[in-house]
Amino acid sequence: MAPLKPGEVSMGTTIMAVQFDGGVVVGADSRTTTGTYIANRVTDKLTKVHDRIYCCRSGSAADTQAVADIVKYHLALYAAQHGEEPTVKVAASLFQEICYQNKSTLMAGIIIGGWDKVDGPSVYDIPLGGSLHKQPFALGGSGSTFIYGYCDKVYHTDMTREECIEFVKNSVSLAMTRDGSSGGVIRLAVITEDSVERMFVPGNELPSQYLG
Amino acid sequence: MTSIGTGYDLSVSTYSPDGRVFQVEYAQKAVDNSGTAIGLRVKGGVVLAVEKIKHSRLLVPHSNRRIMTAGKYIGVASAGWMSDTRHLVKRVRDEARSYNDVYKTKIPASIIAERLGMYVQAYTLYSSVRPFGVSTLLACMDRNGPQLYMVEPSGQYVGYRGCAVGKGKQVAKTEIEKLNFDNMSVREAVKEAARIIYTAHDDTKDKLFELELSWVCEESNGLHEHVPQDLYDEAVQYAERSLDEDEDEDNEMEDDEDL
Repeated sequence: MAPLKPGEVSMGTTIMAVQFDGGVVVGADSRTTTGTYIANRVTDKLTKVHDRIYCCRSGSAADTQAVADIVKYHLALYAAQHGEEPTVKVAASLFQEICYQNKSTLMAGIIIGGWDKVDGPSVYDIPLGGSLHKQPFALGGSGSTFIYGYCDKVYHTDMTREECIEFVKNSVSLAMTRDGSSGGVIRLAVITEDSVERMFVPGNELPSQYLG
Repeated sequence: MTSIGTGYDLSVSTYSPDGRVFQVEYAQKAVDNSGTAIGLRVKGGVVLAVEKIKHSRLLVPHSNRRIMTAGKYIGVASAGWMSDTRHLVKRVRDEARSYNDVYKTKIPASIIAERLGMYVQAYTLYSSVRPFGVSTLLACMDRNGPQLYMVEPSGQYVGYRGCAVGKGKQVAKTEIEKLNFDNMSVREAVKEAARIIYTAHDDTKDKLFELELSWVCEESNGLHEHVPQDLYDEAVQYAERSLDEDEDEDNEMEDDEDL
């Protein structure tokens, strides 16, 4: 994997996506760094690639933006050619194709979440090598290492929409406090058949927890 | 064709003064000389049937199949030049695979038809190539249910409930139009398809022929395959019986005239 070039903007990140019955909750912190300098403290790492499909980006900001742009174009083309909305699976497959084919030059860890009329809600994870994993929930970015235990313990199947939102807020918040490269605010999106609802938790209103 | 011999039929890259491309029309003629091929799309699946005319008694039964499988659930039946058909089937296979590589999803029938149509149409543009001498019937089950398309030498592609190409297409079309597609099971459609091929077959011109039958349906698990032997035999029996009955009716009418 190519290390970051001198001065390259990185998203040492915490991102996650969780599936519930009618949709998907995606969430991310908001820190973008160049080395120790915080280039942007209110970044939006949740990127829309189609009406009901979002991706959470981690790794190089430049690489993931470029990949998301390409996939966004292909999904628009797919919708026009097929006369119907692409599935989340199709979106994930396009991401994987690009990430795998260019694995030696890219620094991109991407989670895809969304809703479609074939499979309903679904979450896919594409870590660094370009493999593709369908999961009920996914974690990513440098901050995720600190919260795997917490998430595995707290997550359970048939969580409600509200439970998922709380789960994402708590998990990302915990990662943000322990991971130096994650921080700022929490951004969320709840994707369902009817709507995409964007939410925001300011840095001074994060869930209460032990702060050492 | 009034303009024959005026030089406008030598290249696909030249229109005739009345706006036609003769080479494409000649390709269509190659199709019209071929044994009949039909497709029927009913509620539960698609059936393909072909009248394979045999030029020799020495041919091994079931050799040189005119219905081919291009990707597990895609059936291709063709009328026209077999060598061109094989080329197009390869193309369909390649397209199906590349679609699956990119989208990890089965290619829908409409997209196969579109891509094959684009490919065939490209061969009507350049003077260095000749158009394909085949009409291709595509049978497929996809997310939207059973689908049947026909791609012609011009590159035109159309979706059908039922269609016919080749020598006996007029007879076959008339028979197909009589069918009640809404209340027909796939097994019934197989038998009707056999009957139609037998009806369209002209014994005076081509003696030897072999019937080919294939389907894509729930009973075949959504896969394209030649129909099972027992159903094939049943269909042939049904077809022969229907022909005999027709003949009897004709004889009776002749008897009436004598009276």
